[in-house]
Amino acid sequence: MTTAPLDKGAALQKLPRDKTRVSHTVVFWIGFCIVMATLIVAPLVLPEFWRRLTTEILIWGLLAMSSDLLIGYTGMVSFGHSAFFGLGMYGAAGAALFVAYFSTRLRDIYFAITTLIFSQIFYVIIFTWTAVTGGENGLIFTRPHLRIPFLYDARFTSTTMHWFVLAVVAGSYLILRRVTQSPFGMVLQSIRENEPRTRAIGYRVENFKMVAVMLSGLFAGLAGVLYAIQNEFAAPDFVYFLTSGETVIYNVMGGIGTLVGPIVGAGFFHLMRELLSRFFGEQFPYLIPLGLIFIAMIIFLPQGIMGFARRWLNR
Amino acid sequence: MDAVVQFFHAIPLDLIIIQTVNGIVTGMILALIASGLTLIFGIMDVVNFAHGELFMLGAYVGVVIIATTGNFWLALIGASLIVALLGAAMQIVALRPLIGRDPLNTILATFGISLVLQNYALWTFGPVARKIGEPITGQFQLFYLQYPWYRLLIAALSAAIIGGFWVYLKRGKFGVWIRATAQDRVMAQAMGIPVPWVYTGVFAIGAAMAAASGVLFAPMVGVNHTMGLDWVLKAFIVVVVGGMGNFGGSIAAAIFISLVEAYAAIWVDPSHAVLVSFVILILTLLFRPTGLFVATPR
Repeated sequence: MTTAPLDKGAALQKLPRDKTRVSHTVVFWIGFCIVMATLIVAPLVLPEFWRRLTTEILIWGLLAMSSDLLIGYTGMVSFGHSAFFGLGMYGAAGAALFVAYFSTRLRDIYFAITTLIFSQIFYVIIFTWTAVTGGENGLIFTRPHLRIPFLYDARFTSTTMHWFVLAVVAGSYLILRRVTQSPFGMVLQSIRENEPRTRAIGYRVENFKMVAVMLSGLFAGLAGVLYAIQNEFAAPDFVYFLTSGETVIYNVMGGIGTLVGPIVGAGFFHLMRELLSRFFGEQFPYLIPLGLIFIAMIIFLPQGIMGFARRWLNR
Repeated sequence: MDAVVQFFHAIPLDLIIIQTVNGIVTGMILALIASGLTLIFGIMDVVNFAHGELFMLGAYVGVVIIATTGNFWLALIGASLIVALLGAAMQIVALRPLIGRDPLNTILATFGISLVLQNYALWTFGPVARKIGEPITGQFQLFYLQYPWYRLLIAALSAAIIGGFWVYLKRGKFGVWIRATAQDRVMAQAMGIPVPWVYTGVFAIGAAMAAASGVLFAPMVGVNHTMGLDWVLKAFIVVVVGGMGNFGGSIAAAIFISLVEAYAAIWVDPSHAVLVSFVILILTLLFRPTGLFVATPR
């Protein structure tokens, strides 16, 4: 899937001129600070319900961002991200290595199906292993305190929770951005563009893919932990296929290969969902119109909201 | 030595025979679903995530037709035709614009379709499972079980549909077109075959096969909106194990996997028997990624 190659090419051509490059970075950081400032102030202004929704959008955004590393940068569509998300909530993380070992030997469709099936395996295990996971009912636990040893110890309020999530998500974003711009990230993108050639150059493609899946799984697990803390609840439903599917939807709607896009996509998805259920009542099957929008976007706007906005701004 | 003898004595022969019959019956239904899936992949390079939903919708249309006419066989034919039309419409609206793009696009698009269809079914028919009565109620004695004839009839009918389609593929005019497109789509187009319509037709045929298996299978379990996912997962496994796009291979794989799952259910909990097919899939992908039932590629 090509991800707005036009403006990337344009950016490369401008690279020799130092001035534009500096201004690019400046613009990025100014934008970053504005968005951060808005999100920091947000919980103080918004009523309780919208505060929680913003926090949740951030968490889903982190999950979507983690899978963007695979979809957008390495060109592998994972339909199994719910597994990492859910296992993060159950406190397991090494699963990513296990999945990565098997699935990264495969490409395209095979990769998508294998990740889907792995998430289904974890779902079956979690669903039936009642003693540890609570089975269908899930686990309910009390929220741990936010604490820095000897310095600070307080209960989470919905405001501090929001800031905590925001800090984690922003930190993850900066790390992932650094990763995608590093030589490692460049190799991932070259795998996306042409895998055999990358191999021919001498990179060990399997290892790169494996690390990418593990990194991605790590951040997805982090999102799962955040979600569990936010809702004081962990359930096998989150490991189910639908969560993975929604993750893919966030990515496509927001714009794959942009990192910010998936967060925007998650926001768009959840706001639309909220609006639809306000207009048509709680019972309204919001996934029907959202699914239709999703299909239309694949056909007419494959670069997503962010990709479209970026191209429009560059013009 | 004693332990070995004891082990063989411990195998319950009657159970194995019962499970063999069970395995073949589910295997034939699975083969009917999977052959549609593999046909669509083999000809169009489309991984149809919505295939399970076509199966589910077929069952629902069957429920509606039976409720109005009371005739099971009419429901079987009607559901196949209606879902075939739906499949053709899906292909024209959502998949045709994606021809020539990265195949991952079609995965995403069919996934979107499956979401829409599944929620539509939930919205229209509600979360409560519907039941279809078996069209023939006779039973025969299989050891200590009263085994319904209907299950054997399902297996026979599935085999008949698959066989009929195979003959059509070999002899019928449209079948020849399909095979020509599968071999070389550019050349087929140059010879005057309307390739876009072959695609639409293939998708419609695949959808009809899924719908037929949905109606056939409905009397054995309830019909509800989530039945698609379980079956499409199994069908995916079958298609990969049988070799993507390999018609005969996927039929062999369907029966193979169903038998293995049925035998596994003798010793472990049936909900864990599913894991056995996952293991088969993973081993296949690792050691013979082109599929178990194809000749070793040169």
